[in-house]
Amino acid sequence: MQWANASEFFAMGGYALYVWGSFGVCAVAMITEPLLVRHRRKQAIKNIRNNYFS
Amino acid sequence: MINWFKYSAPSTFYPLAGRMIPVFWTMAAILGAIGLYISFFVAPTDAQQGEGYRIIFIHVPASWMSMFIYCIMAFWSLLGLTFNTRLSGMMSSALAPTGALFAFLSLWTGALWGKPMWGAWWVWDARLTSELILFFLYIGFMALQAAIDDPRRADRAGALLSLVGVVNVPIIYFSVKWWNTLHQGASVSLTKSPSMASTMLWGMLIMALAFWAYTIAVALMRARTIMLEREANTEWVQHLPDVKEAA
Repeated sequence: MQWANASEFFAMGGYALYVWGSFGVCAVAMITEPLLVRHRRKQAIKNIRNNYFS
Repeated sequence: MINWFKYSAPSTFYPLAGRMIPVFWTMAAILGAIGLYISFFVAPTDAQQGEGYRIIFIHVPASWMSMFIYCIMAFWSLLGLTFNTRLSGMMSSALAPTGALFAFLSLWTGALWGKPMWGAWWVWDARLTSELILFFLYIGFMALQAAIDDPRRADRAGALLSLVGVVNVPIIYFSVKWWNTLHQGASVSLTKSPSMASTMLWGMLIMALAFWAYTIAVALMRARTIMLEREANTEWVQHLPDVKEAA
């Protein structure tokens, strides 16, 4: 373990912008993508219900 | 022998994929947690690059996945053109957005790594430029498919594009050898022992496995959705429990 405390961890030895900018965007992308797919799936199911069951 | 053609029917593939998705999500979450722990708490500070090098733990796996997904897409395209199965085109279409995402993440994390280490967000270097072309190939594939109304024709056009574009993948991979570039050489080589600390290597490999599990999970989800969209008029879709019950 190389971090003495939390603020040292978040500072990333002066590279905070670059390290957190990379990991942050990656996390946002990998959370958003499955949510978008889930939305598309719900939409597809809704369309089938509207067009074929009624 | 397994009858692979049986699983190439969307009606048999759909429930099978449904059972696999939670397994791969679980794998992705566990491997991702271990990988992040190694990235930030186990891997030592780099002698030259300080803490800035930690970007490697997502940059390299994202780059690998962007190339790997393109190869899988080309493989499905070849199957689709050869056997004319519906599933192949659905799988290619399901993989393309995730591949594009990883190509983007590779470029994004690369820019954020390049700025502090090289002093530039971007350089027109062989490795970076060929990865940018890969990103455009994914976008081109998606745009081409979206532009053609008949899904079967869209699949064939997309399959041709992805097969022609696959030539770019070895160019990316070998670019650091073939040209003088600013980009460092391959992080992991099959022919010589790794040049980095083994904890760094493990962190990278575990993150790559997490990304791989994520890709399978999200691509299967998208493939199932594409099946619902394209085969909405069929009996098997209308009789699915997912469609009949309240969502």
